[in-house]
Amino acid sequence: MAEDAKDLLGFYRTMVMVRQFETMAAEYFAAGEIPGFIHLSIGQEASSVGVCSCLRPDDYVATTHRGHGHMIAKGADLNKMTAELFGKKTGYCKGKGGSMHIADFSIGILGANGVVAGGLPITAGAGFSIKMRKTDQVAVCFFGDGASNRGPVHEVMNMASVWKLPILFVVENNQWASTTPQTASGSVRDLSIRAAGYNMPGVSVDGNDVLAVRQAAQKAVERARKGDGPTFIENKTYRIRGHFEGDPQKYRTEAEVDEWQKEKDPIDLFSRYLVKHKKSTKKGLEKIWADAAIELDKAVTFAKESPFPEPEEALEDLFVTDFKGGSPS
Amino acid sequence: MKERIISASAALAEALHEEMTRDERIFIIGEDLVSHEGIFGQFKGLPQKFPGRVIDAPISESAIAGVGLGSALTGMRPIVDMHFSDFVTCCMDELCNQAAKIRYMSGGQVTVPMVIWCPDGAGLRAAAQHSQSLEAWFVHTPGLKVVVPSEPADVKGLIKSALRDDDPVMFFQHKQLFARQGHVPEEPYLIPLGQAAVKREGKDVTLLCYGSSYYLCQEAARVLADLKIDAEIVDLRTLKPLDMETVAQSIRKTNRAVIVHEACLTGGYGAELAARIQEELFDYLDAPIKRVAARDVPIPFSPGLEDYCLPKVSDVVAAVQAVTYK
Repeated sequence: MAEDAKDLLGFYRTMVMVRQFETMAAEYFAAGEIPGFIHLSIGQEASSVGVCSCLRPDDYVATTHRGHGHMIAKGADLNKMTAELFGKKTGYCKGKGGSMHIADFSIGILGANGVVAGGLPITAGAGFSIKMRKTDQVAVCFFGDGASNRGPVHEVMNMASVWKLPILFVVENNQWASTTPQTASGSVRDLSIRAAGYNMPGVSVDGNDVLAVRQAAQKAVERARKGDGPTFIENKTYRIRGHFEGDPQKYRTEAEVDEWQKEKDPIDLFSRYLVKHKKSTKKGLEKIWADAAIELDKAVTFAKESPFPEPEEALEDLFVTDFKGGSPS
Repeated sequence: MKERIISASAALAEALHEEMTRDERIFIIGEDLVSHEGIFGQFKGLPQKFPGRVIDAPISESAIAGVGLGSALTGMRPIVDMHFSDFVTCCMDELCNQAAKIRYMSGGQVTVPMVIWCPDGAGLRAAAQHSQSLEAWFVHTPGLKVVVPSEPADVKGLIKSALRDDDPVMFFQHKQLFARQGHVPEEPYLIPLGQAAVKREGKDVTLLCYGSSYYLCQEAARVLADLKIDAEIVDLRTLKPLDMETVAQSIRKTNRAVIVHEACLTGGYGAELAARIQEELFDYLDAPIKRVAARDVPIPFSPGLEDYCLPKVSDVVAAVQAVTYK
């Protein structure tokens, strides 16, 4: 693929924004200003940005509990995202969803999901609907190595293959399913091997190399748009943070985390690539970080200054014809 | 309106013919639909008339329910056929964690115009995994509407409203009622969700029922008439939203209530309804509310065992005699 410098720097900018957004979220969570629990994808930015860089605004994405990166890469509004994390009325879900249920249907984001593998059956429906409506959209479901062991994955992959649904199955193998290593919970090391059982192409790529991810996703998107059916992509990556913020992480060593963080950080790798190929300079990239920080500061200010919803707003948005919590009379 | 006698299956098929002609976004997905035209004949003529819109899926309930939800979120109006209502257990995440909640969780960004069609109920010697009445589970899940029609005319009017509704609707039809005949207007008509019907007027006691228990109550009312007890029958038709106003009007008149359902007693819809009645209508009651329901066991296979566990006309009559002190 021939991306020009502008495209490449756009990918870099999005990766940096994802990183800064999640770093911000970690800080405000630790400070007690973001309630509940949050799951960060720091170290996995090449996967979200690489895949979403191949999508159109009208394509669909179903994401996961670790979905901030997918949201931002698909074009989500930073103000609404930040406000939702803070539980504010101006958030994407008016404070009803939080990090695990952020969605923006106006740009095809079918929702983060609190249920591991919960997004896959929904993606099957989006893919099926595309076929019924005879458009050339595609639907992407992101899921993890942990989710790959759940039953609905089998059902949906089989169905998608039988009906040639325009779906990208993107498993982000970040090596850890909560506290359980992939090596102890998965029957194979390269999850893409499983695609053969569903008669669909499967490929394992370096999930920390944004251009490698992009190349695999581009091929899969073209195949799906042509009506040739689904593709399974395994992005091999690593979850730098704990399963959730505050995770004591007794199950792994610091040395393991350090190795990935120091040697294989996707943003560092891409920085080096950009400088080496003279697409930018070290200074130029630093400016991207600084600009992203300014933009994010605005989102944080927006979120902080936004009001919380009124408590009784908890009874709104259940039904289209609203019965205020199911009690019509 | 011009009337004729047809079965509940035919009433459903007729309603679907009308709605699928009116709205091309409607499709039906489930297992073994095309060849049988629905295993109870409920989709007769639809596969031929609407090719590509009655879809045989792999035996994959999670994926089927997911297709319903995902397509409802992206512009379609699906009917998900559960084959047997018992199989909702294989896709509870898709129905209760996802479809019921996605509008609410997203702050009202989307609608979920989806009907989950569930043939339920016992009496066919089908044993514990093909005989359940599970409506109470879904009444207890905020975000789902629950419809349980009894007579063929209700089936037609309610499925049409369910299909035009923008929220997910669990639609339960009792397997024993598919062949039941009844007056069904030929013209298209709608019965709004959340509207109960007083199907027999009476002054001594209110029988609250839905689905198959409506027919039990009709038979019981005839027996009670011979005993000089005049029963009023309120067919709830929709459990969520509940038409509490019609229930209240009847109880203010009769001052007595018996709730009848085929689902097992404990934690059933009757428990919720009895609680609502005592909270809102305590001063109108002249006797405790009675519930008639199935025994609290899985539905057994052998005919004598199954019949023993299900509510009978004599149970309804006995309950009415208890609350009327006659």
